[in-house]
Amino acid sequence: MAPVLETRGLVKRFGGLTATNDVSFRLERGGRHALIGPNGAGKTTFINLLTGVLTPTSGQILLEGKDVTHSRAELRVRRGLARTFQINQLFPAMTPLETIGLAVSERMGGGRDWWRVTGSKREIVDEIVDIARRFHLMDILDERTSNLAYGKQRLLEIAVAFASRPKVLLLDEPAAGVPEAERHELLATVAALPRDVSVLLIEHDMDLVFSFADRISVLVNGALFTEGTVEEVSNDPKVKAVYLGESVYE
Amino acid sequence: MKSHTEDDVRRVLTRRGRWGFSEIAFWLVAVATLVFMPDRHLILNEIAIIALFALSLDLILGYAGIVSLGHAAFFGLGAYVAGILAQQGIGNPLIGLAAAALAAAILGLATSFLVLRGSDLTKLMVALGVALILGEVANRMAWLTGGADGLQGVNVSPLLGLFEFDMFGTTAYAYSLTVLFVLFVLARRVMASPYGLSLRSIRDNPLRARAIGIPVNRRLVVIYTLAAAYAGSAGALLAQTIQFVSLDVLAFHRSADVMLVLVIGGAGYLYGGIIGAVVFKILQDYLSDLTPQYWLFWIGLILVLLVLMDRERMVSKARTLWKRTANRLTHRAEPLATTRTAREI
Amino acid sequence: MLTILFDGVAYGMLLFVLACGLAVTLGLMNFVNLAHGAFAMAGGYVTAVLMNRYGIPFLLTLPFAFLVPSLTGLVLERTLYKRLYTRSHLDQVLFSIGLVFMAIAAIDYSMGSQQQLIQLPTWLLGRADVLGIQIGRYRSFIIAVCGILVVVLQFILTKTRFGSRLRAAVDDRRVACGLGINVSMIFAVTFAVGSGLAGLGGALGAEILGLDPTFPLKFMIYFLIVATVGGTTSITGPFLASLLLGIADVAGKYYVPSFGAFVIYTLMIVVLVLRPQGLFARAR
Repeated sequence: MAPVLETRGLVKRFGGLTATNDVSFRLERGGRHALIGPNGAGKTTFINLLTGVLTPTSGQILLEGKDVTHSRAELRVRRGLARTFQINQLFPAMTPLETIGLAVSERMGGGRDWWRVTGSKREIVDEIVDIARRFHLMDILDERTSNLAYGKQRLLEIAVAFASRPKVLLLDEPAAGVPEAERHELLATVAALPRDVSVLLIEHDMDLVFSFADRISVLVNGALFTEGTVEEVSNDPKVKAVYLGESVYE
Repeated sequence: MKSHTEDDVRRVLTRRGRWGFSEIAFWLVAVATLVFMPDRHLILNEIAIIALFALSLDLILGYAGIVSLGHAAFFGLGAYVAGILAQQGIGNPLIGLAAAALAAAILGLATSFLVLRGSDLTKLMVALGVALILGEVANRMAWLTGGADGLQGVNVSPLLGLFEFDMFGTTAYAYSLTVLFVLFVLARRVMASPYGLSLRSIRDNPLRARAIGIPVNRRLVVIYTLAAAYAGSAGALLAQTIQFVSLDVLAFHRSADVMLVLVIGGAGYLYGGIIGAVVFKILQDYLSDLTPQYWLFWIGLILVLLVLMDRERMVSKARTLWKRTANRLTHRAEPLATTRTAREI
Repeated sequence: MLTILFDGVAYGMLLFVLACGLAVTLGLMNFVNLAHGAFAMAGGYVTAVLMNRYGIPFLLTLPFAFLVPSLTGLVLERTLYKRLYTRSHLDQVLFSIGLVFMAIAAIDYSMGSQQQLIQLPTWLLGRADVLGIQIGRYRSFIIAVCGILVVVLQFILTKTRFGSRLRAAVDDRRVACGLGINVSMIFAVTFAVGSGLAGLGGALGAEILGLDPTFPLKFMIYFLIVATVGGTTSITGPFLASLLLGIADVAGKYYVPSFGAFVIYTLMIVVLVLRPQGLFARAR
């Protein structure tokens, strides 16, 4: 079966600097794939290329076999590619309820609906409740987002992306900065994401990577260094030298 | 039990769409002034017009975060369109109003593509530039607009063929208040819709809004156009009710004044423009009596003080206070009862 | 033709001296200061008052036209402006418009709304014939003074310690802070000097631009054009933008008097739409 997300020979140059160097990458349907690499390896650039923040210098991006290389960012979201951000990108003045409601109604094409009151559609409300339960946000649905605990904000960050019912979910360091006490809830939630969502996880935290992913790709200097199952990669001496050595050095 | 939770969620979510007691009271007071303050109709009419203009600015500033110093362009265009139509013999006020709104909307749509790029400063300057160009056009095309002398001979027919515009401003005020109310209800509805929600999300965080799949620019173009139509309507009301149009409708100070009005009342909850207009007019009346020439000084001082006292914090404080009193009045405090919902799950 | 070019250059140089402070403060703190023109007006009025009330010669008033707005700027910056750097652009716009309105009303109250006339010394009056071109003496004087200022400014920015710190701060404030550069002090000094230069420009320009209480509003858009069209990364951009604007304005008013203002505003919109970073800024 065709991979749900695929890049072919993806290259991005900034002036003389090659930030992404000929990356051909496949995310299998239902996969739990981690992308790791030392700082400055080009992970963020790669994500920005996938989501349409940047346009590649050359190469192709295929979402479910369809070329989206030059599609606008919002179109990719509607085609089923959602992301979270390493640093929370939420709507501080809105409540989680409104935030999730917004994402759900946008997906159902409600953003052009300027007459009906938000929430008057049954199916939207049902889905909001489903998502709020899944992400443990039920108790705080009507609080201002800016007043939420950091862990809850992190959960909301994923919930918003999830609400657009993606086929591919890009998680950019979901656990970054979450205090120990709230960490367990977050990791359990991520682990419980349904299998029909394929996940690409960008992460520094090796514990999380090893417990969550079934495949790992290692990015070094903008190029794919190696790829394999968790065992293959974690036992690969080259990876240890390049990546783990680097992280000890950090 | 499940459906109970969902009903709760739905009730909180549709809260924005429902009319509270305080809101109904607000409009009843407005109607009461029509009956009980007959000698004040001229100034009340002005207040209603300024309120509509400020409401229009609120749509783009309060809900979409666009800082514009050229909003008078749409107001002025609407005023001239309605005025010139009435002068040329098409005196029906409603036709004039519709034409003015349409013309302003077209200008808004056309210039939105110029305004909605770049930084806050470039937006502000392009909007200002558009207003300045329009002012120049009106000045040069004296054969049509009367130039610096103003547009003379604006004759507006009776409203609906029944109500003559009288010198006490009663018809004028009733007309302006009705238009304000209708457009307010429309704006309120729009802002309670998913579309309105998406606008607020764009104001809060355009990066994330895009990542949810919201076509940010298209949404902004729509609201900019709608706001332009509102401003055009306000201009039309002015031209029709005072039956005169001068270059002043396009002046820079109009754009600045309306911003002050909105800021006094607070942006982003629709009533700010109306409350601001009332306060602004009362202040103007009072302060101009004290020192007729130096009204400008007081406007300036108010602006500076408002900013230094941290406008946003004041507004949010006022808003929580307002919500609390409103909830108490209606006895419908309806936060999601956290303990209960938690138990249900 | 050449006379128009000459007048345009003089006008442009004047605009540069008036607006360069705004360009730098905009670039340094991303602060939208619509009240810049008020400082220029202050300078103009200092000169007018000193000359007309106390009979002080024109040239001797110029240092005061620099110092008074400069000190006012310093005081306002330390007391009010600095609180607003972190606030939204809307707040900055409201605040600075408020200042403009207050300045206009205050000048109107104390000086009256009429144009202020300045009696230039006789050696600056009239025109001289140089190589067949009619050249206004006063405009030559302006070009000379402004030219010297431009050279001095460029020297300060590129050759002195203060200049390199200022440029570092404009490039990246956080990094500059990290390097131990006192950005707050740099900004205060820059603001004061920028306000002073605006005042000097206001005094020099009183004869050409006119001077009445509405000055800050009338020329606000010109100053903003210089800053935004020129870009705020160096002073070369604003300088070229000023010259362009000066020449275009003078030529526009001369050749197509009925379209004068359109030309400027339309050009501004076109430039800002095509190059939101400014005409001469490095593309980022």
